Amino acid sequence: MSNRRFSSVLKLSILSVVLAFTGSVSADPVKAAFVYIGPTGDHGWTFAHDQGAKYVKEKMGDDVIITTVESVEENSDSERVITSLARKNDIIFTTSFGYMNPTIKVAKRYPNVKFEHATGYMREDNVSVYSARFYEGRHVIGKIAGRMTKNNVIGYIASFPIPEVIRGINSAYLAAKSVNPDVTMKIVWVYTWYDPGKEADAANALIAQGADILMQHTDSTAPMTVAEEKGIHAFGQASDMREWGMNAQLTGIIDDWGPYYLDRVQAVKDGTWESVDVFDGVKQGMVKFAPMNQNMPIDVKNEAMKAIIDLSMGTIHPFTGPINKQDGSPWLAEGETPPNYPDLLTMDFYVEGIDSKYPN
Amino acid sequence: MIENLLIEIFIGIMIASAPLIFAAIGALLVERSGVLNLGVEGMMIVGALLGFVVISHTNNAYLAVLAALVAGMVIASIFAFLTQFLLTNQVATGLALTLFGLGFAAFAGREYTEVTIDLIGPIYIPILSEIPYVGPSLFSLNPLIYLAFFMVYIVWWFLFKTKQGLILRAIGDNHDAAHAIGHNVVLYRFIAILFGGAMAGLGGAFLSLVQVPIWGEGMTAGRGWIAIGLVVFASWQPFRVILGAVLFGGITVLQLHAQGFDIRISAQYLSMLPYLATIVILVSLRMRLKNKTNRTVPNCLGRIFHSTT
Repeated sequence: MSNRRFSSVLKLSILSVVLAFTGSVSADPVKAAFVYIGPTGDHGWTFAHDQGAKYVKEKMGDDVIITTVESVEENSDSERVITSLARKNDIIFTTSFGYMNPTIKVAKRYPNVKFEHATGYMREDNVSVYSARFYEGRHVIGKIAGRMTKNNVIGYIASFPIPEVIRGINSAYLAAKSVNPDVTMKIVWVYTWYDPGKEADAANALIAQGADILMQHTDSTAPMTVAEEKGIHAFGQASDMREWGMNAQLTGIIDDWGPYYLDRVQAVKDGTWESVDVFDGVKQGMVKFAPMNQNMPIDVKNEAMKAIIDLSMGTIHPFTGPINKQDGSPWLAEGETPPNYPDLLTMDFYVEGIDSKYPN
Repeated sequence: MIENLLIEIFIGIMIASAPLIFAAIGALLVERSGVLNLGVEGMMIVGALLGFVVISHTNNAYLAVLAALVAGMVIASIFAFLTQFLLTNQVATGLALTLFGLGFAAFAGREYTEVTIDLIGPIYIPILSEIPYVGPSLFSLNPLIYLAFFMVYIVWWFLFKTKQGLILRAIGDNHDAAHAIGHNVVLYRFIAILFGGAMAGLGGAFLSLVQVPIWGEGMTAGRGWIAIGLVVFASWQPFRVILGAVLFGGITVLQLHAQGFDIRISAQYLSMLPYLATIVILVSLRMRLKNKTNRTVPNCLGRIFHSTT
């Protein structure tokens, strides 16, 4: 994929030139940079982060200069991009799990630059980690899916077997199972975050195998368009995908990074920035929901709304024991909830009841 | 149930293969003329964008397909001009074309990531499509899939059944000799490159109009490179392109289905398979070349032709 590599470097150099001209104009604005895994037009993960960046710009105006670099692969390329951003910025947000090691490496070389790494677990004095409890969103859509499926088969398009994705699968499955004991989940790994063609192939394969509800943990709107075309249901991922599935989308999990980004960039400006470990969810407004589909039965809608309210009050936890691991060994005892670390942040097992084999 | 599933799998494989067939059969003809164009990915993505843009404005599938075809040709003509008239290095120019195409499409397509369109659906051939099993799998496909297979036949027919095809192959094998006996090397190559661009554009349009009706930056996701690999896999024989494309496309689709059935095959190993096969074929070609029994690689592939030398 050398093509992407080149193009991201190209974009970066163009941006640097732009920066060189604009950088010295206003009095000491904060320079914030964002590194994205996909294109901002994916209308999923990267789109949501970019909305966050735009939110910061909107609120801070001339007090901030924002640089974004799209489609940066999670290989040595990312280290190069982060390094060259570190030379010119005060704070850098690296918005994909795979940027973890490069971020830490670059952060050690640039101790005066603040780094914020999304969805990872390695911290330094100048590296914060932040993530959203998307699994809370998965809990809600799991309940809806369990009620809405007629074939009792939920299709799940998964990207890479990393803790964040595994948490989502487990959470959605447990929630679906809790309202529908007969439900099964078919999981297909596509090993990409963004390949509309392959995501559509996966969606078609799952539908052919009987799935009548799709969940996705990939970034494009392709699965939603397939669901719409085939007349089944699906859930928006990372942003509202209603445009692509007027009838198909039941609701969507929306990532709202804006307030967090504003908070962190403002902290740099005020000189109060400290390395933090943030893991916020529905309660703090980092995870939100797209409007519920009008055609959803009222009792299902109410159940979903109740779950959202309970999550925002903090009265329920999607992982509440007793829960066994897939091999039958106990994980959580009756009434127990897991700590963030290591259980949630390094989750590497399916829960009992999922009959797919865990990917190696 | 199982019959329906098999039909779905078959259709899935056809859909995954068709864009590869288009792009590869175009690249094959270009390489047969002795030109190596690594810009397939760039021409594909521009075709994907233009097809999408036109259908979103006109809602006319024919116009959209035509636009993709022309877009691919326009991009290809840049390559043809540079390599045939300015005699630039083909590998470097091709790579530049890919980078240009990806960047241009991403830039020009910004506003179209939010646009939705109706996809081009399959056609049902009367009577034949009602035959059990065979009907739904063979006679109810997307018209562009039939076109992909037909183009393979056309290219084969052109290369091996027409005088111009013979001349094109001769140019690919020895452009100096072909030039010496009075054939217009540059003209043949120029037209071949345009054809390659048109086919790549069609392949791209298949992605954004048939496989998934959205436009997304970088949505070709390396398929142009696979197409170039397929030409080698096919050892420059048109019909083997079908075999290769179905193998590549088939493995993608089958491994997704295998996962649904929880059959434990490592996805990574499976996705390596077609590439391994290509290497094996390359090696065996080399062996056969040594024995002088078969000369399938166009001898002038990638070499610059200058009529005064």
